[in-house]
Amino acid sequence: MTNWLKWLGMAGAVLVLAACGTLGGGKGGSHAGGGAVVEEPGAAAGTTGTGSTGGGARSQGVELGGRDFVARALHDPQSPLARRTIYFDFDSATVRPEDRKLLEAHAKFLADHPKLRVTLEGHTDERGSREYNLALGDRRARAVQRLLEFMGAAPEQLRTLSYGEEKPADPGHNEAAWAKNRRVEIVYEGY
Amino acid sequence: MAVKGPGEGTRGLHGRSIRWWLCLLALVLAPAARAVLTIEITGGVEGALPIAVVPFGWQGRGPVPAPVGRIVADDLRRSGRFKPLPEADLVSRPTRGSQVNFKDWRLLGVDSLVIGRVLAKGGDTYTVQFQLFDVLQGRQLAGYSVPARRAELRHLAHYISDLVYETLTGQRGAFNTRIAYVTVRGQGKQREYALKVADADGHDPKTVVRSRQPLMSPAWSPDASRLAYVSFEHGNAEIYVQDLATGQRRLVAGFAGINGAPAWSPDGSRLALTLSRDGNPEIYLLTLADGTLQRFTHQPAIDTEPVWSPDGHDILFTSDRGGSPQLYRKPLSGGPARRVTFEGSYNTSADYAPDGKQIAFIHRDQAGHYRVAVLDLATGLMRVLSKGSLDESPSFAPNGSMVLFATEENGHGVLAAVSVDGRVSQRLRFQEGDVREPAWSPFMPR
Repeated sequence: MTNWLKWLGMAGAVLVLAACGTLGGGKGGSHAGGGAVVEEPGAAAGTTGTGSTGGGARSQGVELGGRDFVARALHDPQSPLARRTIYFDFDSATVRPEDRKLLEAHAKFLADHPKLRVTLEGHTDERGSREYNLALGDRRARAVQRLLEFMGAAPEQLRTLSYGEEKPADPGHNEAAWAKNRRVEIVYEGY
Repeated sequence: MAVKGPGEGTRGLHGRSIRWWLCLLALVLAPAARAVLTIEITGGVEGALPIAVVPFGWQGRGPVPAPVGRIVADDLRRSGRFKPLPEADLVSRPTRGSQVNFKDWRLLGVDSLVIGRVLAKGGDTYTVQFQLFDVLQGRQLAGYSVPARRAELRHLAHYISDLVYETLTGQRGAFNTRIAYVTVRGQGKQREYALKVADADGHDPKTVVRSRQPLMSPAWSPDASRLAYVSFEHGNAEIYVQDLATGQRRLVAGFAGINGAPAWSPDGSRLALTLSRDGNPEIYLLTLADGTLQRFTHQPAIDTEPVWSPDGHDILFTSDRGGSPQLYRKPLSGGPARRVTFEGSYNTSADYAPDGKQIAFIHRDQAGHYRVAVLDLATGLMRVLSKGSLDESPSFAPNGSMVLFATEENGHGVLAAVSVDGRVSQRLRFQEGDVREPAWSPFMPR
């Protein structure tokens, strides 16, 4: 099993912990708990083992204790969820096999956090016609949407949007730039 | 002959439209530096008809209100069909028929001669008189006296160009028309998009709509009174129709998914457009009066960029149903779509010639360049017209003589036009920012 899958498992466990209220609803408390996870995975695992008792509203955890946690899970460079862009071949809306694991991680995260919402932004490179590219961006976003749904995310969590070639990540006019622009960005609402 | 001045309505209209935007959207409307398109002829003009256009005389006080003769000469030169004599080579400057010595003009090798004058009639009224002569036969081919207001003089000059062009070539002139295009300025959060309309010679650009979010795909209604276009102002691509006279705009397609590629039916009652609301980009027909939506394509592939044939019988569109984007034609009366393009693995963004016999589109050649090509529907013969590497958005002139398109120059978007025979090409340079997505208007109602 790869490192990031382990990480993800621990992250989920800590979230449950947060939901149980053992870290308190206060921002400081949740920050401490979440911080431990991100910076020291080993220590966090220990905490999880001792702390997961009692009941509590899972949604409350997401809203209160979970917010920082989600933010860290998404923004810490060590987190697999930190990568939220996948790339495509020219004139293709087929998700590359090597990106499926990343999408599985996001799908699981979404399944574990049913209140989270994402917009899947489809983009293309600048070549060819703008309207065809708008349609191609739509196809790319929907391809990712279908996979995430298949992998466990709920339909209401996913929304697609195509910008076609209108919002390049790299304004260059060469293959290196084009490769960066043929993409779907997974944008977590509020994060 | 009485000619209705085309300019009057337009001026007031655009003023209103800008004010409307200020009020309703409160978008940033600091008066932009006056941006003007300049046009340069970049391709050869061999075979062009030699003509002399004498600067028009001026009877009135103060400076001449508009260089009518020069506007006519520039129009004719831009068409590629004429080679106006340089002003410095004019042997004399007649302003009325009695002053013309045909022998002089024959010696200069010109076939045709245009002369005229602008007369002040008091207040804001003028009379423009002009005559077109066949120099070889020594006879007048056309002569008119037309009243105009000051603001109409440029349009009147284009109208004179149209008359000269039609008299000498037999084809209707397209000088008194307009172009719509999108400009982009600034980077990041400062990025600003504007949909603009200018005269066909690039003069007098007016902003139709401005936005921080992308604007795309302007399409003229057949009577040239309205534009349909795509705006991302609410996040996703939606289609608006805006009346150029009143500035009033209406959201006509704001479904989930993309709403794009609007194209007017020849009678102006319907829009063909692309929606992905049913899960996949498909072409639909929207009746504007009642909002009725009819699905036109049913394919698990991309179907987009519809354009109506001028006779209204079929729709030409882009589809990747065969594995690569190609153009297909499907009758509105039903029946299967038939593939139209076979050369190369990327043919998109089609426009019909006004006579319906040719189509222009973007073709990727074997070297990977995206260029404007024209295909004769009867013979299936394709010809590549442009020389760029990322050319886009071909749009026929309403008389079918030229194709306007977007290209790149030093990393910036500029507009260019090329004659359908490929002999004449020209650049339209904007003073700042990128210019893209040109759409040439239909003939303006006279």
